[in-house]
Amino acid sequence: MDMPGTAPCVCPLPGGARAQDATDFMDFGPYLMLAMLEGAVLASVLALMASGLSLVFGVMRVVNVAHGEFYMLGAVMAWAVTSFIGGGPALAFIAAAILAPLLVGGLAALADIVILKRLNYDPERTIVATIGLLYILQQATLMSYGADARPVVPPFNHRIALPWIEWGEGGLAFYFPWGLSTTSYKLFVIGAAVVLIAALRLFMTRSRAGLIMRATQLDGDMATAFGIPVERVYAAVFGVGAGLAALAGVLIVPIQQAHYLMGGDALLLSFIVVIIGGLGSLAGTIVAAVLIGMSDGIISVFFSPTLAKILATLAVALVLVFRPQGLFGGKGR
Amino acid sequence: MTKLILPAGEGAKLHSPGRRKALKTLAAGVGAAATMPLLGRYASAQSTAPIRIGFQKHATGIGAAYGRWYERATLAAVEKINGEGGINGRPVEIVTEDDGTDPKRGAEVLEKFANQSNCDIAYGTLFSHVVMGSAPRAGELKLPYFVVSEGHHVASGALNRWTLQPGITDVKSQVQAMAPFIGDVLGKKVTMIFPDYAFGYDHRDNLPAAIAAAGGEVIEQIAIPPSETSYTKYFPRIPRETEVIYHVMIGPGVLTFVKELGEFFGPSRPEIFGFVDSIEATDLTSPGLEFLDGTYFWEGMPRYAQEDDTEFSTAYRAAVGCDENGASLADPKDVATYAHMYGCWETLHIIKAGMEACDYKGIEDRQALIEAVEAMSDMPEGFDHPQGPKRFNGKTHQTFGQQYISKVEGGKLVKVHTAAIDDTIYPDEVDYTSMSF
Amino acid sequence: MSARYYWGLHLGLIALLFAGHFVLPAYQHGNVARIMVLAVYAMGYNIAFGYTGLLSLGHAMFFGAGMYGMGLLSYHFDAGALPAMAAGIVAGAMLSLVVGLLALRTAGVSFMIVTLMFSQALAMTLVYFRDITRGDEGFVIPSATRRLWGMDLSDEAHRYLIAWGLFSIVLIFTLWLVRHRWGRVFVALRENEERASLLGYDAFRTKLGALVISGTISALSGAAYALLFGYAGATFAGVQYSIFPLLWVLLGGAGTVLGPFVGALFMFYLIDLSSGVTDAYMLIAGVALVLLTLFLPQGLVGEVKRRLWRDLP
Repeated sequence: MDMPGTAPCVCPLPGGARAQDATDFMDFGPYLMLAMLEGAVLASVLALMASGLSLVFGVMRVVNVAHGEFYMLGAVMAWAVTSFIGGGPALAFIAAAILAPLLVGGLAALADIVILKRLNYDPERTIVATIGLLYILQQATLMSYGADARPVVPPFNHRIALPWIEWGEGGLAFYFPWGLSTTSYKLFVIGAAVVLIAALRLFMTRSRAGLIMRATQLDGDMATAFGIPVERVYAAVFGVGAGLAALAGVLIVPIQQAHYLMGGDALLLSFIVVIIGGLGSLAGTIVAAVLIGMSDGIISVFFSPTLAKILATLAVALVLVFRPQGLFGGKGR
Repeated sequence: MTKLILPAGEGAKLHSPGRRKALKTLAAGVGAAATMPLLGRYASAQSTAPIRIGFQKHATGIGAAYGRWYERATLAAVEKINGEGGINGRPVEIVTEDDGTDPKRGAEVLEKFANQSNCDIAYGTLFSHVVMGSAPRAGELKLPYFVVSEGHHVASGALNRWTLQPGITDVKSQVQAMAPFIGDVLGKKVTMIFPDYAFGYDHRDNLPAAIAAAGGEVIEQIAIPPSETSYTKYFPRIPRETEVIYHVMIGPGVLTFVKELGEFFGPSRPEIFGFVDSIEATDLTSPGLEFLDGTYFWEGMPRYAQEDDTEFSTAYRAAVGCDENGASLADPKDVATYAHMYGCWETLHIIKAGMEACDYKGIEDRQALIEAVEAMSDMPEGFDHPQGPKRFNGKTHQTFGQQYISKVEGGKLVKVHTAAIDDTIYPDEVDYTSMSF
Repeated sequence: MSARYYWGLHLGLIALLFAGHFVLPAYQHGNVARIMVLAVYAMGYNIAFGYTGLLSLGHAMFFGAGMYGMGLLSYHFDAGALPAMAAGIVAGAMLSLVVGLLALRTAGVSFMIVTLMFSQALAMTLVYFRDITRGDEGFVIPSATRRLWGMDLSDEAHRYLIAWGLFSIVLIFTLWLVRHRWGRVFVALRENEERASLLGYDAFRTKLGALVISGTISALSGAAYALLFGYAGATFAGVQYSIFPLLWVLLGGAGTVLGPFVGALFMFYLIDLSSGVTDAYMLIAGVALVLLTLFLPQGLVGEVKRRLWRDLP
């Protein structure tokens, strides 16, 4: 292998003194760290979105196939809000983060009242109805918002070069490796997700509304007997679930762009997370999101990207096959 | 054998269609004698009936942004053609059907054109898997199928005699024409980043040899899986010694791709060369794209008005409703797929020339139309061919033309190099004219 | 009502479709040929979902296995139509056996996800081995393969009749199967797995049998699609093509023999007609889906069964 770092424009090594090993590429340690950082961003967004799906499944026992479209709507509304509200990117972004989940949540609650309630939350019919809802939301977005991928300006965004420590000939060396960097906004997404999920957990365990939701989850009939308005609880839960997806969409849109087809892959990933984590279990969902998000980043270090996706997918399926009881609250359906 | 196709298509008339026409006239005469009153009425009605062109539009699905602009360019070309008297004195009518950017629906749409909406020909497909899925049906329906796809599928011989790509160059010729500039001007050690599907493979398969011929070397190829939404984790695979990054991405993720590439390299980066496909229909002033300043792009046709634009190029820009930034006159944020949609305009003019050359009367002349187009070769630059002169290869059903390289300067693409047609030619891989109809 | 009536009904449909060959205008003729091939897929799906209660979200892998088993043999080895078709069907049968052995260890929602995952893995594998499969672009089936007993299968008439023949065979087979003891065990498992097990039926093996039959018929449809329409591509193995048979079956009526055909027919024309009105024709499809689940929960044929003809198979 040739001497790396000799190309004039490519490899500034601010830290300088470092034993070069025989590789043409980024060093393994920094590479792994970069992949983990990227994985953490994915995990954060996924955790938020999947919490919504998990909440809906946990309380209502239905699979919402349109969940990905609520995520997409969150991103699209973030674009709409930031384009129409002036006052700088930070203010516009805060407005989007408040308005988009509210609007999307309201829309979802309405869909629950108009459609799902009349289906008596029958699992199979709900799947078909939410597939119909998926098409309606997607195509309505195509007609109004269009087919383009549109960006949203992040409230702040700085490139942060990250340091790395290595045990070299002269003891501990501290340097900034080539390519190892992230952005302040990506770090913010991770932080925001942690805070939001902690808040959700507090809401579910401490607040009266959360208590009612959990009571309904445990036994709908009993809850009715105790005078809990189960139908209103269901509408609220469906709305909150969609709102969480929309919030995830708002957070991701300054990194990715809003596009009317972005919900599909996000839905698949959230499905995986919810199942791996144990249906309806919020804590399990979070753990699974971190697991899936991080492994998506890390596996890509070792395998060719498409092969990595294949292996990860098969791994998830096999985990489900061989550990179904360990991962589920009970048998589905 | 290079022959000029005159506006009226005089050149092509000398070929077999002429003899066919004579025979047909004879046959028609015999037939007319037998059923005079009916046929007479029909013939006169038909002579002014519109020529119906089925337009396979990516209105939904992943190709929708392209579909919107392909339709605008198509309608603009039809308006011009009709304003100049139509084809053989008959107006042209576009029958639009959405194919959902899906190969199954694409094939169904062709059936609809041929069997229900009485289209004379089908036209306009961009995405190559839709072309692949539709082309066998075009062959079976004996429906002339003019694609505007830039895929190498036509010239590779994978399709059939009824499928042609006369109005847009293919990726193989584009890639080949870029290599000398990359090797001579930008650097010798090239790392490629491309999508892990067919469109990317045309680049993956053709660039290394072309770069080697230019004295350089492709040192790494990074294939990004379809449907990927974040890219940073792939960038550490870029070798440090890379002098040029060659990127080509399509789909909704491209803005993210460019932005994250910028964040990865920070202040110091290698030279970067991309295919404008990455940012088609995308405003260059979008947040995050500042990083592209000083990088280079292939362009099928320069998006931004250039100082040395021909009058034809300027007239075309006005006709398709674009301003000097290649965006819609009605909405400066609505950026065109400018590097590709000229193919729609030029293909429709070639269809017109072909129909006039074979004196196209109706669906019984479909075969004659194919033969007339196959007989074409050099087409001069003009209002019909605003992108530049073309050289059509009747054997491979593929056209060749100039390619442009532009540099991003101050948020605009400025043309810095024009590759000649001869730089884009490669040996024939098929002879469709030896295949039966 | 007696067996004579429902045999009459189903054979009547077969006769009607045969008559369609002579009377349908060209465009509808082509559409019905396509719908019959897709209805075979839906009937295969219905055996797992409608009769046995196995809600799979991954049947596109079986359809794709049939398509690629057939297509690859033809594309790389110039195989004739019959060996290529056989390869497609065997590929589907093997795959459904392996998938069944693994996935049937789960049930309900996790079965949905496991089948979805396996199917995704197969779709990505098709893209990954692009040198063999031509990736997402797919490939055109060589015309040498598309001949059978001297017939050119790219000819409209031959295509229709072959599609009709396959459709008829699978329809009659399904009708026979669901009246047979096995079919009744399938339904017993769907209705109450515990009770069926207590009665001495081996639930796992029965479900495996149903899934293999279902997967094999799906593969037959995929292989026939490639043979008759001349193209194999990875989109046919994608998620969308797993959702389609579910929709067709639910629209037509799950657990009815005619439902899959009716659903496929309905959905095809819904999209075809509404795409003439608007670009957002999937919006109309979406609205129709919601309305159908609200007002015709058993599907079109299922509703007939519920209201008029309770022992319609």
